[in-house]
Amino acid sequence: MFDLRALYQEVIIDHNRHPRNCRRLDSADRIAEGYNPLCGDRLTVYVKVHEGVVEDVSFEGSGCAISVASASLMTEHIKGKTAHEVDQLFARFRSMVTDATPTEEGLGKLEVLAGVREFPARVKCATLAWHTLKSALSNEHSTVTTE
Amino acid sequence: MSVPSYSITAVNDADHRPELAARRQDFPILERCVRGQPLVYLDNAATTQKPRAVIEAMARYYRECNSNIHRGVHTLSQEATERFEEARVKVQRFIHAAHSHEIIFVRGTTEAINLVAQSYGRPQLKPKDEILITAMEHHSNIVPWQLLCEQTGAVLKAVPMNDAGELLLDEYVRLLGSRTRMLALTHVSNALGTINPIGEMIDHAHAHGVPVLVDGAQAVAHMPVDVQALDCDFYAFSSHKLFGPTGIGVLYGKTALLEAMPPYQGGGDMIKSVTLTKTQFNDLPYKFEAGTPHIAGAIGLGAALDYVQEIGFEPIGRHEHELLRYASDRVASLHGARIIGTAREKASVLSFVLDGIHPHDLGTVLDCQGIAIRTGHHCAMPVMERFHVPATARASFALYNTPGEADRLCAALRDAQRMLG
Repeated sequence: MFDLRALYQEVIIDHNRHPRNCRRLDSADRIAEGYNPLCGDRLTVYVKVHEGVVEDVSFEGSGCAISVASASLMTEHIKGKTAHEVDQLFARFRSMVTDATPTEEGLGKLEVLAGVREFPARVKCATLAWHTLKSALSNEHSTVTTE
Repeated sequence: MSVPSYSITAVNDADHRPELAARRQDFPILERCVRGQPLVYLDNAATTQKPRAVIEAMARYYRECNSNIHRGVHTLSQEATERFEEARVKVQRFIHAAHSHEIIFVRGTTEAINLVAQSYGRPQLKPKDEILITAMEHHSNIVPWQLLCEQTGAVLKAVPMNDAGELLLDEYVRLLGSRTRMLALTHVSNALGTINPIGEMIDHAHAHGVPVLVDGAQAVAHMPVDVQALDCDFYAFSSHKLFGPTGIGVLYGKTALLEAMPPYQGGGDMIKSVTLTKTQFNDLPYKFEAGTPHIAGAIGLGAALDYVQEIGFEPIGRHEHELLRYASDRVASLHGARIIGTAREKASVLSFVLDGIHPHDLGTVLDCQGIAIRTGHHCAMPVMERFHVPATARASFALYNTPGEADRLCAALRDAQRMLG
């Protein structure tokens, strides 16, 4: 099967079946909703920020395997990071899934999503959680969409 | 693109109906491979593939007589005009309209519906007047009416449907009221495949003095249409869902209605005379055809109509019906499968969800095996809401599809279940 295992790696399938930090976060002080109208994916991202650092993060919602796994992996990855560090991470992540010659350094486990690059129609699935997180951190209360 | 290594015999078309088996070879694109596998094209409700006859007819126009129509006295212009107007007569015969001037060339179904909303609806609708649609409409038969309601203060109402995806006709009759000014409904649902009983519904509407627009986008490739027998007031369809090119479609309207309507757009070709203070509009159908039309498109559509009529809707309908039943049974037998849209009368659309696997993941797994289906809301978000799903996977069939292709679809779905389920 053409390249399919490169996209649906075991880590992704595992995070889709058993998403981490998939719950409502009652102590959250930043909340944003994300919506991908093309797929119907909907996510809510909850963030608790303390002294400029992401102290806790979680998400709720439904979507395809790529968007759920990406959200799950993201929540594992950004705890303890500042908003600025999250921005840099998102930029590198986006480069990894969209650029022809990406820089994947420093993305760690997030690199399992690199296969998305071969499937342009699925890039929005992989970035939905990140767009939503960014909106939460900048304290925008509106729903972000991938369109 | 890889060199096509696929031939008609390679997919075992012994099970294809004999009268249609050879037809597969009329479609050059079906010879190509996608991701190293012979293409299985099951996204026909989105757009159909084009037979060689259509591609050639368009190329011939550009090669032999490309020029503008209805203007020049030179030979090329006359030839182009003849081919363009010949296409109009082919459409007239195809849908059994009384006159060729009742055939308006537009960009597609969407533009046809917008034309009726703005030209027929807008001048006469008053606040609290009602427009009736149904719960299974494509966005293109919802949004133009919503815009019209905003402009006029009219109210949009929708006929509900049951869990099988069939319209509730009792509710329909109840919703037809003294304020109803228009019924706009789809002939065949793009998301569910339901064939609506439009003849009966048109009779009811007319008994209340309500004119009817039928969105025929999903119907015309699968069944014969007779606008006079149906007695519909408007009928709209797109060429590209009927083996013709994109960018051209048809609005049929009854003469009396079209004559009473103001033009939709102003420009060249739709006028008789223009002074800087006054313009006299052209006669039907040109009043609604401002600007240079998609001439090659109309000619391509004409060739597509010749193509399907040469085969005939009887074998097409029989083949597609058997194929839909076969594929539906196979998909329904998969673990955790739920078919969305189980109306008694259905055409060529198999919409479904598989437990625990998002349709978009299915779409990607299938694409990796060269199988094209549609995944998403199919521009019918109210339908998705009605069935409590964010999206569905949709396989839709045309005359060139085979049971062997349905088998490949099901095998790929099982692969997806093994991998993602």
